[in-house]
Amino acid sequence: MKVLVAVKRVIDYNVKVRVKSDQSDVDLNNVKMAVNPFCEIAIEEAVRLKEAGTAEEVVAVSIGPKVCQEQLRTSLALGADRAILVETDEELQPLTVAKLLKAVYEKEQPGLVILGKQSIDNDNNQTGQMFAALTGLPQGTFASKVEIDGESVKVTREVDGGLQTVALKAPAVVTTDLRLNEPRYASLPNIMKAKKKQLDTMSPSDLGVEVKQTFKTLKVEPPAERQGGIKVESVEELVDKLKNEAKVI
Amino acid sequence: MPLDTSTLQQLLDTVQRFVRDRLVPLEQQVAREDRIPADVIQEMRELGLFGLTIPETYGGLGLNTEEECRVVMELGWTAPAFRSVIGTNNGIGSQGLVMDGTEEQKSHYLPRMATGEIIGSFALTEPEAGSDAGSVRTRARRDGDHFVLDGSKRYITNAPHAQLFTVFARTDPDTRGSRGVSAFLVPADTPGISLGKPDRKMGQQGAHVCDVIFEDVRVPADALLGGEALLNAGFATAMKTLDRGRLHISALATGTAERLIDESVRYALERKQFGQAIGEFQLLQGMLADSRTEAYAARCMVLDAARRRDAGEEVSMLASCCKLFATEMVGRVADRAVQIFGGAGYMEEYGIERFFRDVRLFRLYEGTSQIQQLIIARNMLKAAG
Repeated sequence: MKVLVAVKRVIDYNVKVRVKSDQSDVDLNNVKMAVNPFCEIAIEEAVRLKEAGTAEEVVAVSIGPKVCQEQLRTSLALGADRAILVETDEELQPLTVAKLLKAVYEKEQPGLVILGKQSIDNDNNQTGQMFAALTGLPQGTFASKVEIDGESVKVTREVDGGLQTVALKAPAVVTTDLRLNEPRYASLPNIMKAKKKQLDTMSPSDLGVEVKQTFKTLKVEPPAERQGGIKVESVEELVDKLKNEAKVI
Repeated sequence: MPLDTSTLQQLLDTVQRFVRDRLVPLEQQVAREDRIPADVIQEMRELGLFGLTIPETYGGLGLNTEEECRVVMELGWTAPAFRSVIGTNNGIGSQGLVMDGTEEQKSHYLPRMATGEIIGSFALTEPEAGSDAGSVRTRARRDGDHFVLDGSKRYITNAPHAQLFTVFARTDPDTRGSRGVSAFLVPADTPGISLGKPDRKMGQQGAHVCDVIFEDVRVPADALLGGEALLNAGFATAMKTLDRGRLHISALATGTAERLIDESVRYALERKQFGQAIGEFQLLQGMLADSRTEAYAARCMVLDAARRRDAGEEVSMLASCCKLFATEMVGRVADRAVQIFGGAGYMEEYGIERFFRDVRLFRLYEGTSQIQQLIIARNMLKAAG
């Protein structure tokens, strides 16, 4: 089985995000970028499938500007066999990404497509679902466990208040939740070897997809600054405030 | 061949992430238990950290000096005991072999050192021979096609974990000083080798040091590092090994200083006195600025000397300048960090006092500050004379 993994370049999770002064977007100047953590889990799952002998080939795909090559190199260092960059400098929104992924899917014909459930920058949580809808493939989202037996893909999903297990028939789409696995660190020798692995570049027009924006960002604001707390004199006062002011008990 | 920028950056990012996410949270535990958990050492092996400087032909990464220094600066961000695990395999424990070993010796040992399967240890220092490394008393007597080693070595880093010792011993009993000393590659399980109890130290708990005693230790003649050609010429190997090692230690000291500065700045913003963050006070700002400036100077020096070495320049004196400045600098930065933290800086819980003790060693090993001063001044006088 061939596995296709989608990889997004996002702000590193350790970076304290700042909003541009004109509130048009997040400031990306001189900010450290990394593989979206959920995509990292997706790569790890695919590599484990390969190590277990279930998958024959792992192909990583990223969509965005040329610098996304860095995240593809990371994916290759983590164990992907080859990588594809769909290069565009235009603003990308989930529906366009899903359409581009569909085009890559049709070219590659993988048995399984694994994506992160969402990216930590825009938190849309849409691409995997849109991709499944466009391709008509069965989907198992928010996966905390994936078991493959021939063409059967059993996915345990983290849903509100519990777990749900669904059976899909390959080719299928899986989106990863946090607890699916703990990604490895790429080894230093593998980072050096990744340079020699195949990385193909194509454009949206090569794939016959027009990059379109379906919504417009009006304003970006940082979360409200946390207000200082107060000290209460007694337990009675605390209970009173929780009941009557905060109204939480 | 130097790595391209993006590969190097990826390498550094990976080490940085491993250090900060995996090692930093374990610092207190390691100091308390005087032990680095075995699974962490295994992760360091899998990451490839044991083979940074071992050539690619022998399964290492073959990093050049600048690349090595930049990786080591990342490792400096955490307790130096972690770096010590991989320190000898990348430095004094393997570099003699890399620089002067015969092909058979290299292909026999280096691939397993690169993976961390075997740990190499450098056995030069003796009870009577520290800074005066030329007064080595351990003897190696030729006996047919063997050598027989007798003597004791002191403060040998990683000796309790080592599978291979690079041992410096006098092969010509009629000589004194640095001539007449040879280097031997001695497997740790050779009969006649015994280890002292691990020494109790001021800091760097988790890194282990002990005496190594050689009594009638018979090794075949091909254990002579570099073969017969280097008989009685082992001192030059020791000095070359220490040259690169000095830049490594300088990079380490720089990384640790940067960690302490980061901690100091965060504390200065958090801690309030007289109704404001202590970082608002100018006397405190002076300390922060001095630390930052000095750490930046050290970083520039180390990278400059490393680049020169990679370009083929002779850098003995510059390496000593770096070691002298960077290790003394981190001593001052650690002292200021304790001062900025105030009472908290003296308490175990905050980890600052631990760094204060840990960094003290940097000014002593692989050549004390005073030895570095001598090397620098002698080079200056020689060049002028």
